[in-house]
Amino acid sequence: MGEMEQMKKEAEALKTQIEAARKAAHDTDMASAASGVAPAPRVQLKTRRTLKGHLAKIYAMHWCTDNRLMVSASQDGKLLIWDSHTGNKVNAVPLKSSWVMTCAYAPSGNLVASGGLDNMCTVYNLKTPVIKTVKELDAHTGYLSCARFLSDTEVLTASGDTTCALWDLETGKQKTVFLNHVGDCMCLSLSPDMNSFVSGACDSLAKLWDIRDGQCKQTFLGHTSDINAISFYPGGNAIITGSDDCTCKMYDLRADQELITYQDAALNSGVTSLALSMSGRLIFAGYDDFNCNIWDSLKGEKVGVLSGHDNRVSCTGVPPDGMCVCTGSWDSFLKIWN
Amino acid sequence: MSTNNNIAQARKLVEQLRIEAGYERIKVSKAAADLMSYCEQHARSDPLLVGVPTSENPFKDKKPCIIL
Repeated sequence: MGEMEQMKKEAEALKTQIEAARKAAHDTDMASAASGVAPAPRVQLKTRRTLKGHLAKIYAMHWCTDNRLMVSASQDGKLLIWDSHTGNKVNAVPLKSSWVMTCAYAPSGNLVASGGLDNMCTVYNLKTPVIKTVKELDAHTGYLSCARFLSDTEVLTASGDTTCALWDLETGKQKTVFLNHVGDCMCLSLSPDMNSFVSGACDSLAKLWDIRDGQCKQTFLGHTSDINAISFYPGGNAIITGSDDCTCKMYDLRADQELITYQDAALNSGVTSLALSMSGRLIFAGYDDFNCNIWDSLKGEKVGVLSGHDNRVSCTGVPPDGMCVCTGSWDSFLKIWN
Repeated sequence: MSTNNNIAQARKLVEQLRIEAGYERIKVSKAAADLMSYCEQHARSDPLLVGVPTSENPFKDKKPCIIL
């Protein structure tokens, strides 16, 4: 038997083994386990702020750790920094390339980053008298779909070139490249303990990576189309994904499998974004159909909806203190709800 | 040569699957119990779940002042 044939056989055998091991761990399902849990209350949130300022579709937003400032990115070629309490714009960062797909706030509040079809992640210092470009992280061979700061010296990126990368901001070089997806990487989420992250891609897989050794540790199957959104559950033991297959899913890391699918026969729009409430109980998922649906993460039921945008909801975010949820849309507005 | 590339790719795939096959899984019953426990413990301090009293809401509607 040629080596190729042998490899194929071994791959099939391993896949069967993994499937069997997951089945063996599947001694109950989440619906049964959570049957005794009181349903989440019907969630009715009001729009508290509508942030007007962008002149084109908003593609991304990210909260600052101070629970007050946030950054948004629009294909009008700007990053806007907002004071969510007053609704005022604090800063505007003009972008070299208007084809932006992601933005991020550093935990320190000192830096923001953006990137998109220019294949680069550009980092800006907000604290210098005039906002300065600190670094242009240039090595990806595909679009930048997501960026997240670990600190003022390290950034994680996800790219349409199917890789994720960890960058050193002092040198501007990639320290680690995470190779394993076979489709465009669309999103990433850092674990609460910052030792790992998960990525979602157009190969319909979510993967868990060790940040330091660059290894893919686990792969989560189940979605049937691109995974556009991903987030760690607050405790760090589960992840939630959102996909073009119109569903969200919860995967448990330690059981290494899908626990629930959040879906509704009436919903036939892709999921673009998602964010979790502080306890993890509520999932805010943005859809192509202009709504943000609220799901009870334990019971899998829809418990509310945020309606108000006139176009696709492209991004959602809950600040660290959990006091509100922000939605951003192709209608060029951001809304704050609680 | 593309055949060498294919073999290299196949090797990588098998290597990755070996890592994933070696993972020690816990039972779903335990995973679910831990998730439910986490939610329960943190429910009371989840503002979006329990609601935000108006007096403490930094986003409460700004009402215009009326000067009498």
